[in-house]
Amino acid sequence: MARGRLALGVALLAAALLFPAFVTLPYPRDVLIRIFLFATLAQAWNILAGYCGQISLGHAIFFGTGAYTSGVFVARDVASPWAAMLVGALLAVVLSQVVGAPVFRLRGHYFAIATIAVGEIVHILAVNWDFIGAARGLYIPIKRPDSLVNFQFHQSKAVYYYIVLGLLLLGLGVTRLIERSRLGYYFRAVREEQDAAASLGVPVARTKRVAFAISAALTAACGTFYAQYLLFIDPESVLPLSLSILICLVAVLGGVGTLWGPLVGAVVLIPLGEVTRIYLGGTGKALDLVIYGALIMIVSVVQPAGLVGIARRFRRAA
Amino acid sequence: MTSELVLQGVVGGLLMGLVYALIAAGLSLIFGLMEIVNFAHGEMLMLAMFASFWTWALWGLDPLLSLPLTAGLLAALGWATYRGLVRFILDAPMLAQIFATFGLAVFLRSGAQALWGADFHLVKAPLVEGRLVAGGVFVGLPQLVASGGALLAFGLLYLFITRTETGLALQATAQDRQAASLMGIDTQRMFALGWAVGGACVGVAGGLLTTFFYVFPEVGAPFALLAYVAVALGGFGNVPATLAGGVVVGLVEVLGGLLFDPSLKLIGVFGLYLVVVLWRPQGLFGRF
Amino acid sequence: MSLLEIAGVTKRFGGLVANRDVSFTVAPGELVGVIGPNGAGKSTLFDVVTGFQRPDAGTVHLDGEDITRRRPDEISRRGVARTFQKLRPFTGMTALENVMVGAFQKTSHVADARDIARRALASVGLGDKADAHAQGLSTGQRKRLELARALATAPRLLLLDEVTGGVDQATVPGLIRLVRDLHAGGLALVVIEHNMRVIMEISQRIVALQLGQVIADAPPADIVRDRRVIDAYLGESWRA
Repeated sequence: MARGRLALGVALLAAALLFPAFVTLPYPRDVLIRIFLFATLAQAWNILAGYCGQISLGHAIFFGTGAYTSGVFVARDVASPWAAMLVGALLAVVLSQVVGAPVFRLRGHYFAIATIAVGEIVHILAVNWDFIGAARGLYIPIKRPDSLVNFQFHQSKAVYYYIVLGLLLLGLGVTRLIERSRLGYYFRAVREEQDAAASLGVPVARTKRVAFAISAALTAACGTFYAQYLLFIDPESVLPLSLSILICLVAVLGGVGTLWGPLVGAVVLIPLGEVTRIYLGGTGKALDLVIYGALIMIVSVVQPAGLVGIARRFRRAA
Repeated sequence: MTSELVLQGVVGGLLMGLVYALIAAGLSLIFGLMEIVNFAHGEMLMLAMFASFWTWALWGLDPLLSLPLTAGLLAALGWATYRGLVRFILDAPMLAQIFATFGLAVFLRSGAQALWGADFHLVKAPLVEGRLVAGGVFVGLPQLVASGGALLAFGLLYLFITRTETGLALQATAQDRQAASLMGIDTQRMFALGWAVGGACVGVAGGLLTTFFYVFPEVGAPFALLAYVAVALGGFGNVPATLAGGVVVGLVEVLGGLLFDPSLKLIGVFGLYLVVVLWRPQGLFGRF
Repeated sequence: MSLLEIAGVTKRFGGLVANRDVSFTVAPGELVGVIGPNGAGKSTLFDVVTGFQRPDAGTVHLDGEDITRRRPDEISRRGVARTFQKLRPFTGMTALENVMVGAFQKTSHVADARDIARRALASVGLGDKADAHAQGLSTGQRKRLELARALATAPRLLLLDEVTGGVDQATVPGLIRLVRDLHAGGLALVVIEHNMRVIMEISQRIVALQLGQVIADAPPADIVRDRRVIDAYLGESWRA
């Protein structure tokens, strides 16, 4: 059983690594890049919401932090995008602590709505902030030649693929590490019963702050990747409430509080959007979300642990 | 800034605030009953607006005249939402509670877009149009009618929950589910009724808004966000206080736009939410 | 020196006074019972001692250290464990995982925590339920689980809120034996209990609360003869 699973994992990883060598068409690669990106974003959210139980509906602010940091760094020639990834992650951590300090005192729905409020405030500020291009957005100047230092690859976008795959593996690795450490137990205890956790010596506030920091840093790294991949960012693409919600929905569909849930959610959802768009044209853009909304409702009612939970249930029954 | 401009702002904010209050009342009622936030509230409002738009477009019926129809439709939708979705997640983990209605919101919004497109629609040549000038202040007649209607509906809601036996049973259920059920109140029926009444509130609000507001699939979400703030101000579950909550939100929105930049006006509103829930989680007015 | 010293604790909720000038001490290894009618302020007192409520006046000292304004987790790390009247298991976790959360106070290694947790579960008689989800346990088992969780923190002082409340009669003797064993092992306990027979039997000293005030603090034999306790709480049947 365990060996079979390991073999499956190795095979999947090998397939993922070799994919760009065999498929050089840009389109499938782009779809996979977006699957990995959203899987990583959902994983970052999952660490905070799924494991630690703090349901943030404003995660786009961290994505935007990472994206804008690299945008500003490259557009103004401050430093390499890799430095921006680090600085962006750091800024996101700082932001998460500033936001978290007051907001973590709120529980449940109050917390969720407060994160929406914070997300909207940041969004509105970005729309009005000229230094980062305000509503016009920010073009990231093209740097030649292609190089890892520049984080730009125009000859072959395969390098982007490997970078985002690296981010995904990082997200999975961090989650695995958390699951198997004291921190993971503390996260889940805080999620289940805050007072009981405190009575057993769990530093509740600090545990939430740590979860928020890890989650924010990983989300910001994804933001930097996104900015370098698309070379254009504006508040509507990196900071809207709809992005925050999409991140949650990927995780919820796949299964919150599980290691593989976010990846499963992204593997199901992102292609679903593509398929409906191809076959149904303009209106298909909404139709994938119709199916999505319905799936989310069903998952919430039937099995809060998402598709991964449903699969587990079947395996147990079999 | 001239005093007329401020006065103009205050009047405008007050009028919109009354509509926000009606939207928020339904939200607060539902939360008070079962501690569930309806994240699809804005989408229900959007559907109400589309319903009144289509009755006008297809049958030429003015949104004001089709109000009872819209209210009834939305009450049915609210009831169906409870029976078909919410009752299964009453005791579910917080995450399932939040995302069940979130899923519904995504479903309704994208469904509206798939069916009717993302375009903006406006009712032309409505029953009431034009504007009134009083003391240098311009007031749009549709806005005046809408806020008057919202106030009237709010009053009816208040009388319903405080003066009728069913309303009192609703309140009893909100205060103590178990005690209410021991007194012979069918709490399941009360929950469904709460959703129906909440739906009717957004139905009326949507119909009133359609007389002067564009109708499109994304229209509901911003209203819902403002309604959450109004509910928080009043205190989650305190229905009468949402009237004050809604008016405060309307005023803060307009005055924020006047004091700073109009594009920043919502920062004041969301900032207000944060300040209020952090400082007084039970709301400004009360009962928790 | 006393292990726990509660001095002049007053706690108000709006107009309601839950604790009024409450003072008493617990010596190392002592078992103190706390009795009083519903609303006497027993659970509030536990909340104050364990940091879940800040008193409006008065202090709580543990081993001479002022812990009045400490957070619950800090107080727990100083060796005070508690159970809750309304049980609060981590429902989405197994019994073993529940107890491991407490065990992590003494170690940061998962394997060590697992060992400590297994021992704690065995000590409360739940050794065979380690992998069961907390959701599936009976009320009696959940009480034991909560006890195991508290014990895994290796406390010096254990506060038990309602040992036998809500548990079927058959499991009561087992729970009582457990409390006695813990006491015999040198642990200091403060026990809230409604079952008078039980509390009289196990306590070395009993503190009686009424309307938030201490009306008696004496050994069980004297408590049953105390005029005010009889009037306030015990009722006619005890006036033998």
